[in-house]
Amino acid sequence: MAKMTIAEALRQAIREEMQRDERVFCIGEDIGIEGGFGGAFTVTLGLSQEFGHERILDTPISETAIAGVAIGSAIGGMRPIADVQYSDFLFCMMDQLVNQAAKLRYMSGGTLSVPMVMRAPVGATARGSQHAQSPEAFFTHVPGLKIVAPATAYDAKGLLKSAVRDDNPVLVFEHKLLYGSKGARSEKGSLSPIGEVPEEEYLVPIGEGVIRRPGKDVTIVATLLMLYRALSAAESLSNQGIEAEVIDPRTLVPLDKELILGSVRKTGRLLIVEEDNLTNGWGAEIAAIVADEAFMWLDAPIKRVAAPDVPPPFAPVLEREYVPSEQKIIDAVLSIF
Amino acid sequence: MGMYRTMFLIRRFEETVNELYLEGRIPSTLHLYIGQEAVATGVCANLRPGDYVLSTHRPHGHSLAKGVAPRAIMAELFGKASGCSKGKGGSMHVGDIEKGVLPAIAIVGANVPIAAGLALAAKMQKSGGVTVCFFGEGASNEGAWHEGINAAAIWGLPVIYVCENNLYAASTPFSKAFKIQHVAERACAYEIAGATVDGNDVLAVFNRAKEAVERAREGGGPTLIECMTYRQCGHSRSDPRTYRTHEEEDEWKLLDPIPRFRQWLMDEGKAEAAQLSNVEQEVEQTIQDAIAFAAASPEPDPQDVYTDIFKE
Repeated sequence: MAKMTIAEALRQAIREEMQRDERVFCIGEDIGIEGGFGGAFTVTLGLSQEFGHERILDTPISETAIAGVAIGSAIGGMRPIADVQYSDFLFCMMDQLVNQAAKLRYMSGGTLSVPMVMRAPVGATARGSQHAQSPEAFFTHVPGLKIVAPATAYDAKGLLKSAVRDDNPVLVFEHKLLYGSKGARSEKGSLSPIGEVPEEEYLVPIGEGVIRRPGKDVTIVATLLMLYRALSAAESLSNQGIEAEVIDPRTLVPLDKELILGSVRKTGRLLIVEEDNLTNGWGAEIAAIVADEAFMWLDAPIKRVAAPDVPPPFAPVLEREYVPSEQKIIDAVLSIF
Repeated sequence: MGMYRTMFLIRRFEETVNELYLEGRIPSTLHLYIGQEAVATGVCANLRPGDYVLSTHRPHGHSLAKGVAPRAIMAELFGKASGCSKGKGGSMHVGDIEKGVLPAIAIVGANVPIAAGLALAAKMQKSGGVTVCFFGEGASNEGAWHEGINAAAIWGLPVIYVCENNLYAASTPFSKAFKIQHVAERACAYEIAGATVDGNDVLAVFNRAKEAVERAREGGGPTLIECMTYRQCGHSRSDPRTYRTHEEEDEWKLLDPIPRFRQWLMDEGKAEAAQLSNVEQEVEQTIQDAIAFAAASPEPDPQDVYTDIFKE
């Protein structure tokens, strides 16, 4: 076992996949420039020296081109790992992701595939409204895209490797405060969990969630940074005699709904925590699934904790109010007991 | 002679599907390629089976010119399971990846960066393949167009961007959307080769495309070819063409690429009238065969709506 940050785990995943398969290459802004950042959060740092600039391909500031070139190269037999510096920039390439990447296989009657990866950092981190969103829900609505959101180094490596090998477009959402990026690109307020990562080859399958903390009284579903807040909240609730089961779906599409339904059938209560704003989030979809398929097991209304329906604000005091806190999670759980 | 057959096939295919639409046998609107046949034909005559073509919302001609079977296109227009996209694509998305034609991309300009991606793959794989991306002049005012062409330029990718300047973006005339006189002028902004050519002269298109394809295969990077042409029909089936004059339409009819090339073949002694009529009769048979095939083919199973979304 090696101890590493999520940024290091992602880098190792990319390195191994590029060594394993010559079709794999990286494409994005500032990912391989000498003396540059190695991507906005250092994930590709050093890889251009290792693999050369043809396989760590720096682009102009052209998000539509990044997505379109990734799509075209994937159809042409390559395995691109594209990235954007901030997930908010995915909106610049919305047509390419939604109308092209997600639909081309279907439009072709299943005769072609688009095996591409798009990595995107999420999370409000003192940058104001346009470098801060957690937009996963937009993309969970798009048939044809797979969505993963790894919260640990182990999952980051295992899920990214699975994404590269998947024959479909996969969006990988990563959290800025969980990367553990070092040096000038380190993030203030980082949680940066150091995780154990096996030396030997392994994959984390897309579509499998995991129970991070077992409990019998209430199910809490959370991803990325919110997972850690949910786990802290669960410890506090334990002191008050409530044992929360915390589930990390890890993949939002396809969703491991059996894991969530099984937990709710045991606990009878459900809270979903999202960093994105509330309305029409992926949490609403989970709530609908549980209401539909496990209604008779529920002992209380389903609750959601999410950001309010406003853009992410800048001032630290405002941002702290915006991003769901451990206290809001505790309060929401107590409200259904 | 091959190019004459292709142009005539496209023309008769489009005229026929228009009639079938009017008879209610084709459920969708159609964007017909009538008048622009020399562009797809002259360009695609330079391509090999492994080369890629990206098309638009007006795609039948591009697919036919790159060798997609008339039967498969016709069945797709009928919404049949034997169509080139099993009835999931329809008129605006015809193509056949086995023939190197992507499902046509009907979001204007969105095919430009994807073409760069296919060309990047060919360059990385050292396959010697080239990619051709067709679009109308209207596409060159889309952001995706500029991002895609700039990427192709800086990486020197083997791609040929073919602008079919038919003077109208739906109803909007060229002069209302451009300060420049020709789309090809934009090539110099990206330091790539660019040229404007008579798009109703199949030989002129062929020769210009030949040069561009050879340059791309040899690693010389992308080319922007602007073909001046005219769509003789409306933008789509619901277009009465009241934004342009009959005089203008009549002038362009005199420049119709098919009679022009037919005359040239005979004047130059490349073909006898009898040979040409044989070709024309063969084409009619091909089209009748395509209609019979499409009509006899089964509808998709309603359950097919659930398949082909993810590759397992």
